[in-house]
Amino acid sequence: MGLLNKLDDPYYGGGIILGKVEDILNWGRSKSDWYLQFGLACCAIEFMAVNASHFDFMRFGCIPRTSPRQADFIIISGTVTFKMAERIKVLYEQMAEPKYVISMGSCSNCGGPYWEHGYHVLKGVDRIIPVDVYIPGCPPRPEALEEGMIRLQEKINKQAIFNKRKRLAEEEKQELIIDN
Amino acid sequence: MGETKKVEFEYSQIDSERMRLNVGPQHPSTHGVLRLEVELDGEIVTEVIPHIGYLHRCFEKHCEKMTYPQVIPYIDRMDYICAMNNEWPYVMGIEKLMGIEVPEKVEYIRVIFAELNRIANHQIAIATFGLDAGAFTPFLYLFRDREFILSIFEKASGGRLLYNYYWVGGLAADVHKEFKEDVLSIVKQVRETNKEIADLLLYNKIFIERVANVGILPADVAISYGCSGPVARGSGLAFDLRKDAPYSIYDRFDFDVVTGHGEVGTVGDCFDRNIVRFHEMEQSCRIIEQAIEQMPMDGDVREKLPKKIRPPKGEIYTKAENPKGELGFYIVSNGTDKPERIKSRGTSFVNLSVLPEISKGYLFADLIMILGSVDIVLGEVDR
Ligand code: SF4
Repeated sequence: MGLLNKLDDPYYGGGIILGKVEDILNWGRSKSDWYLQFGLACCAIEFMAVNASHFDFMRFGCIPRTSPRQADFIIISGTVTFKMAERIKVLYEQMAEPKYVISMGSCSNCGGPYWEHGYHVLKGVDRIIPVDVYIPGCPPRPEALEEGMIRLQEKINKQAIFNKRKRLAEEEKQELIIDN
Repeated sequence: MGETKKVEFEYSQIDSERMRLNVGPQHPSTHGVLRLEVELDGEIVTEVIPHIGYLHRCFEKHCEKMTYPQVIPYIDRMDYICAMNNEWPYVMGIEKLMGIEVPEKVEYIRVIFAELNRIANHQIAIATFGLDAGAFTPFLYLFRDREFILSIFEKASGGRLLYNYYWVGGLAADVHKEFKEDVLSIVKQVRETNKEIADLLLYNKIFIERVANVGILPADVAISYGCSGPVARGSGLAFDLRKDAPYSIYDRFDFDVVTGHGEVGTVGDCFDRNIVRFHEMEQSCRIIEQAIEQMPMDGDVREKLPKKIRPPKGEIYTKAENPKGELGFYIVSNGTDKPERIKSRGTSFVNLSVLPEISKGYLFADLIMILGSVDIVLGEVDR
């Protein structure tokens, strides 16, 4: 293993890692994300396939939890109808911070095939909860879901934990400057 | 400490309070977004009310707005586990309305793909049923095999799960050159795994204790609720549309209708419903082998595709044996390229309706097993 081999090396100080607390926390968080075991529609079957032997989702450190209280992120895998939307919002609110959302499939991205005439379909789950990663496809291939997971890990690795407000404000200021 | 006193009581004399419990829509064992309102007396289930509609995706509305070929993808999304089987009765209905004869080769490919999808469906059904019972390992084996089946579908249609492959008058694309060998190797693999599954799960002592004599569905109740598929056959009814009302070319194949006969418990219990699925996989393998033998390899699968799909005025009801039971489409045509109305007889919906009847009087933990043994897909229940 890369890191452990390095720790053997006396040059690196033998068993001591130096780093920012934030980086180490983010590293830990990104490598052990537990997800809410929750399927909605057809995409959930592909989601099940990802969990099974060919694709093995657990090598990303993802373990299914059946309670939202124990979950770090939720995968919205399928069509969100109006009747279900309320429940999804409740589930999202029950999850503990920090929490992330992956929107899997066209349906939860934008309404998918039901976009035009689906009178009972929510046109995108981002209308009720914030989404971190969107995965296109109807249904997305299992590889696509894994790619989405890698993207989510990248995002977690970069997130700010301390002085969040201050830093965000600075970033915004800079963005404004660039925009202008 | 005083002496222990023996208390004698009649069960009915205890003043117990009924409790209402909510299961779902987010629940690992409801196979989707079903909500059950359960009334419990202690641990005993006294009433179950299924609440559906969490996945209502406006199928009939779409049928009014779309042209005939455009409806097929929405049919895929009804029972998304066995999409190939779903498309079949629909295209068959329109072919009958328009009087199209499909080529020989198309019929054979349709049969082979339908039976492969039946195997895939039963694999998921048994795998998730095992998960409900707490057995994770069979899930891994069965899904490994399912991927092989999906790879064949993918080579033919381009999709892993939803295919849009059966078109009116033919198929979307031809199969690849090594199709026959690939299918036969899959059949071999399925048989091998089935042997393992029988030892690992179905005839496992712990599993039998859990499912035998649970959720008994008598044959007369199954008939009066209109159950079909493995749910009805598990109760001993030899009802299979492939035999009783042969459509397509099913009369050319030699296969048996598997029924439950109370192998470890009573006829019609959870075990019977699952063992029927298990043996049906073997029958499907038999059909596939015969079909592969008889199938012509040359010919065009798209030669009979009509330019414009505009069935004459009229109405038709077509049905086919889905892995879950009888799937029917009632198609009303008004002579234009859009259907007037399409009503589907959702198999899962009908089979689910029997759940309140068969789960009364069992323990709450058994309710989960009963629901798993009925094998529903919520996309088809709510449509
Ligand atoms: S995106 Fe496609 S596959 Fe996924 S839930 Fe929607 S219709 Fe089904």
